[in-house]
Amino acid sequence: MSALWSLLRRDLLLALRRPSEVLTVVFFFVVVAALFPLAVGPERATLRMLAPGVLWVGALLASLLALNRLFEADHHDGTLEQMLLSGTPLTLLVVAKIAAHWVLCGLPLVLLAPLLGVLFDLSGDALGVLALSLLIGTPVLSCIGAIGAALTLGLRGGGVLLALLVLPLFVPVLVFGAGAVEALAAGLGSGAHLSILMALLLLSGLFSPWACAQALRIALE
Amino acid sequence: MLPHTGLETRDLACERGGKTLFEGLNLSVSPGQSLHLQGDNGSGKTSLLRLLCGLAVPLVGQVLWAGQPTTQAREDFLRDMLYLGHALALKEGLSALENLQFAAALSGQPWVPDAAVQALHQMGLRGREHLPLQILSQGQKRRVALARLGLSPARLWLLDEPFVALDSAACGVLQGLMQTHVARGGMVVFTSHQAVNLASGDNRSHRLGRA
Amino acid sequence: MRRIAWTHYAAPQTFYGLAGVCWKPLALLALALALAGMWVGFMVAPADAQQGEGYRIIFVHVPVSWMSMIIYLAMAFWGVVCLVFRARMAGMLSQALAPTGALFAFLSLWTGALWGKPMWGAWWVWDARLTSELILFFLYIGFIALTSAIQDPRRADRAGALVAIVGAVNVPIIYFSVKWWNTLHQGASVSLTRSPSMAQTMLWGMLLMALACWVYTVAIVLYRTRSLILQRERHADWVAQLPELNPGLRP
Repeated sequence: MSALWSLLRRDLLLALRRPSEVLTVVFFFVVVAALFPLAVGPERATLRMLAPGVLWVGALLASLLALNRLFEADHHDGTLEQMLLSGTPLTLLVVAKIAAHWVLCGLPLVLLAPLLGVLFDLSGDALGVLALSLLIGTPVLSCIGAIGAALTLGLRGGGVLLALLVLPLFVPVLVFGAGAVEALAAGLGSGAHLSILMALLLLSGLFSPWACAQALRIALE
Repeated sequence: MLPHTGLETRDLACERGGKTLFEGLNLSVSPGQSLHLQGDNGSGKTSLLRLLCGLAVPLVGQVLWAGQPTTQAREDFLRDMLYLGHALALKEGLSALENLQFAAALSGQPWVPDAAVQALHQMGLRGREHLPLQILSQGQKRRVALARLGLSPARLWLLDEPFVALDSAACGVLQGLMQTHVARGGMVVFTSHQAVNLASGDNRSHRLGRA
Repeated sequence: MRRIAWTHYAAPQTFYGLAGVCWKPLALLALALALAGMWVGFMVAPADAQQGEGYRIIFVHVPVSWMSMIIYLAMAFWGVVCLVFRARMAGMLSQALAPTGALFAFLSLWTGALWGKPMWGAWWVWDARLTSELILFFLYIGFIALTSAIQDPRRADRAGALVAIVGAVNVPIIYFSVKWWNTLHQGASVSLTRSPSMAQTMLWGMLLMALACWVYTVAIVLYRTRSLILQRERHADWVAQLPELNPGLRP
């Protein structure tokens, strides 16, 4: 367990000393969200209707950007090999990597989304549900994306390949995440959507670290 | 305590890019022995080390540690083995001490800051323990990586080109470390293009590829 | 006895021989079945009361949709065999299956659109089934892209195996989520799956076409696997001595 905490602390410390990576992800999210009103016009009713989908897709793409580099630096400088050879179960170490990735790249999106939702004229309730759906959904994106990041480790064209592999698997999260906010707007209540998101989180939290560890072993063989 | 049989390979084969690098390889390294792997570039030295430490799984043959295949008694083997590859396995954004601390936590070793500082001083890095690694030179970074040797309780050392980028003083320190390790009953398997003369222990060498 | 036969054909050399013998008769059988199926579908089965003659495209659409899903499951199965038993043939079979699966998924999308246009007036309605088929098509493309991007064949096999397994586990989840999304967003749900009550002949026609697709898949996979074997084992002695590669020599 202490290896897990040590790895998590190490990644957070490294990101703190070199914050450019995290900041680029955050700014990407803002830029994407700002592009849509420019594309569809400033009419408030339209923006309110589009907001959940736009913000969710923006968060999804921003997460994808950061996923590429999840294992890349460690692979490049040899620390990933040491993790495989350390005697600590690789699944635990992967949990630490995914957790660090979410804290650095997922959590800022969760905190920023309500602010961007205001730009789209979402109501207070909707902003709350949006933040909650992202809070539950972004860890799922990190978990699923980690498998793709491990499989495409070291490959040329890795970023696009990662997106191709992982975006179809993101569809359920997107459907239920954006759907939660839309259901609220339609007066149906977001409870069902959020419960299903929780279920997806539990499933991916249990299955992904193991699958990701296998993918890392395959990539390093 | 039963005598430890050390590291053995049985009928080990390796192929890369469709070509067989070596096959039917039977090596053995017992406590108190060192093995110097030699061979031209591309003869499979790094591949062999990766097979020995378990990063690569052999299609043919086995690697045994204390009589057990390493694929089975994996955790025991990993805790008793230290592998230093071409890449230094150091984070440039951390200092030398922070890197050693992380390495210790990863392998489940207790962290003793004084011992770590001593190890760094022994490698000639006095005054550089807290500096971020990216401002050190290549040779100094390699010394930080090698400082792990002084701290690790592992009995088997697998070192891939450990002498690269080291000046003669550091080479001397490294040789000294290897000598003490072997004298205490440890095992070292290393690759190097230069001639290495360890003063203690039973030192063998093996040449891969066409002689 | 069965177990011995399995491992015997798990070696590329013996599989090569077996596949060589089997694929041509299977291809002919597939052609015969397809002709029979199309005859039943286009000639014998009656025109539908509501949909007229245009509905006949389901004789292609439904079988290829079934096959696209079955092939993905087969890829996941061989993926498990590849990862658990480290069998080289399993990896090759997965890679041989993928292009055919992708083709069937693509055909399913096109035939779905061709059916939809005269029926519902639009080339594409975001029907739950068609949308899931689209995502399945992306999963196939992802598999093919990943396995082609990796140089080392062993790593490619194992990475592809993991992708196939993860994809197969996710397909029910994706289907469920798309179904949910579809029913929530569409008031009057138009469903391409709500087929008219089937006359006996229609069912026969579809079964024949499905069987034709299956046999075709087996034939083409055997053929493709032979090429993969030649590619992978090109340094082996038995390959160098094959009659196909030594045209001048007496067998």
